[in-house]
Amino acid sequence: MRTAFVTGCARGILMTRLNAIIPALTVVAVIVAFWTLCVIPMNAHLTADQAQREGMVLTPEAPRDRQELSGLSLALKNPAIIPLTYVQTRPRLPSPHQVVQELYDTVIDKKITSKRSLVYHGWVTLSATLLGFVMGTTLGIMLAVGIVYSRTMDKSVMPWAITSQTIPILALAPMIIVMLGAIGIQGLFPKSIISAYLSFFPVVVGMVKGLRSPDAMQLDLLRTYGTNSSQGFWKLRLPSSIPYLFASLKIGISASLVGAIVGELPTGARAGFGARMLVGDQYGQPMVTWAALFAAAITAAMLVAILSLIERQTLRRMGMGAA
Amino acid sequence: MMAYILALGVWIAGWWLNVHLSHSDRSDTRFYSLLIPVIFGVTIIVMWEILVTMLEVSAVILPPPSMIAARFASSLNLLWADFQQTIIKGAMTGYVFGMIAAFAVAILADRSPFLTKGILPVGAFMAALPIVGTAPIFVKWLGSDWQSKAAVVGVMVFFPILVNTVAGLKDTSAMQRDLMRTYGAGYWPTLLKLRIPAALPFIFNGLKIATTLALIGAIVAEFFGSPTLGMGFRISTSVGQLALDMVWAEIIVAAIAGSTFYGLMAWLEKRVTFWHPSQR
Repeated sequence: MRTAFVTGCARGILMTRLNAIIPALTVVAVIVAFWTLCVIPMNAHLTADQAQREGMVLTPEAPRDRQELSGLSLALKNPAIIPLTYVQTRPRLPSPHQVVQELYDTVIDKKITSKRSLVYHGWVTLSATLLGFVMGTTLGIMLAVGIVYSRTMDKSVMPWAITSQTIPILALAPMIIVMLGAIGIQGLFPKSIISAYLSFFPVVVGMVKGLRSPDAMQLDLLRTYGTNSSQGFWKLRLPSSIPYLFASLKIGISASLVGAIVGELPTGARAGFGARMLVGDQYGQPMVTWAALFAAAITAAMLVAILSLIERQTLRRMGMGAA
Repeated sequence: MMAYILALGVWIAGWWLNVHLSHSDRSDTRFYSLLIPVIFGVTIIVMWEILVTMLEVSAVILPPPSMIAARFASSLNLLWADFQQTIIKGAMTGYVFGMIAAFAVAILADRSPFLTKGILPVGAFMAALPIVGTAPIFVKWLGSDWQSKAAVVGVMVFFPILVNTVAGLKDTSAMQRDLMRTYGAGYWPTLLKLRIPAALPFIFNGLKIATTLALIGAIVAEFFGSPTLGMGFRISTSVGQLALDMVWAEIIVAAIAGSTFYGLMAWLEKRVTFWHPSQR
C-alpha cells in the first residue's frame, strides 16, 4: 500500500518533470540541428583549401574564385568536402560533437591537477565567483534595506548605485588589480571584487523593487493592526520581496561568473575559464576557446539550477509556490 | 593624519547637508532629487582629491579627480570619436537588433504553450551563459570593426529581453483572461490590450538589464580586436601605458552614456507602467 503510494508519487513527479523537460529538449534539439547545419558553410572555404592541398579536385579551381562563392554554394558544388567540414582541427565553427569531445577530454580524461584540466580551471573561476557573489549579495541586500528605510540614503545613494553599475567593470579590472597588487593583494580577491560588483546591482535594484512591492492597501492593513516598522519589515516587506530577490539572485550569480571570467582576461591570469579563452584565441586553438566557453556556460547553468531549486522550495513553503 | 581629519570633516558636512535636504518639505521636487545625489558625489570626489593629493598616492595607482578632469577636457575630440565608434555603432546597433529579434521570437513562441515552456529554461540558460566569451569568435568571423561588436551585443541582450518578455506575457491571471473572453476579444486584442501591457514591467526589467550588458559587451569585445579607435581599445592601450587618467576619462564617458541610456529606459518605463505598484 505504502510502496504503491510512493511509486505513484514518484511517477507523478517524473511525469511533471518530463512535461517540463520535453519542450526544452525540443528547443535545444532545434538549436543543435541548426548549429550542425551551419558548420558546413562556415568551414567550407577552410576545408576546400585544405582538401585541394591534399590533391582533391574542386570545381572552382583557383582559391580566388572560391572566395567569391558563399560557403553554402561552395559546399553544394563540392559535396565531397561536406563530411570533411566536421573534422577540422582548427574550425571556424566546430561541430557540436567536437565540442563534446573536447569537453570530455579536458573534464573527465585529464587529471584534476593537470594544467589542461577544465575542472582545475573551473574551480579557480568558481571560487572567485562564489566569494564575490556572497559579498555582492550581502552588500546589495543591506543597501536595499537602507535605501527603503532611510530617505537620505534613497535620495543620495540610489542614483549612484544605478550610475556606478553602468561603468564597464572590465575597464576597472586592470586598475583594481594594479591598486590591490600595489598593496600586496593578489590572486582570488581582486577577481572576487569584480564579481561582487557585478552581482551587487541586480540585487539592489530587485530588492528595492521587492521591498516596495506591497501596495498601499496592504500597508494600510498593517497600520490598522498597529504594527511598528520592524514588524512591517519582517512580516510584509521581506516576505513580499522574496520572489524579486530570487529573480535577482539568479541574474546576480551568472553576472558574478561573468565578472570572474572577465576579471581573468586583462590580468594575464594563467588559470581559470577566462585564461583558457584567451589562450585559445591567442594561440589559434579554437577548440580550447569553445570548450572553456561551454564549460563556463554549464557551470553558470548549474549555479542557476541550484538557485532555482532553492527558490521553488522556499516559495512553496511560503505559499507562493504555484509559479 | 591631517588628510584623514579633513576628509572626515568633508564627509560629515556633506552627509549632514543631505540629511537636512532629504527630510525637508521640498525633497521630492526635481531640483532637490538631483541636488542630493550631486552633493553626495561631490563629497566623495572632494574626499578623493584630498586623500590622494595629501597622501601623495602615485598617479599610476589612483590619479586625483583634478588630473582626470584635465585629461577629459583636453581630449574631447578623441573621446567623442571613441564614443561614436563603440556606443553608437557597436552598442546601439546591437541593442536595437537584439531587442527586435527578442520581441519577435517571444511573440511567435507565445502562440504555442509548448514552445513557451521550452524557451523559458533554454533562454534562461543562454542568458546565464557568459556571452562576452563569444567576442573572440565574432571578431574572427566578422572582422574587427563595429559589426562584430554589434553582433556580440545583439546576442548578449537577446536572451534577457526574450526571457523577460515571454515570462511577462504569461503574467496574467485567469480572471483577467476570462474577462477579455467575456468581451469577445480574440487573440490579437487580448495580446495588445491585456497581455502586452501586463508584460511591460517584465519587459522593461529586461531592457534595463540589457542597457548595461550592451555597454559591457561593446567595450569588452574591443579587447579582442578593434580598429585603432573605440573605448575598449583606448582603455586597454592606456592601461598598458599606465596612463590611468585616460582610462578614467573613458570610464566617465561610459558612465555618462550608460546612465543616460538607462535613464531613458527608466523614464519610458515610468511613462508606460504608471499603474504598477512599484511606480506609485
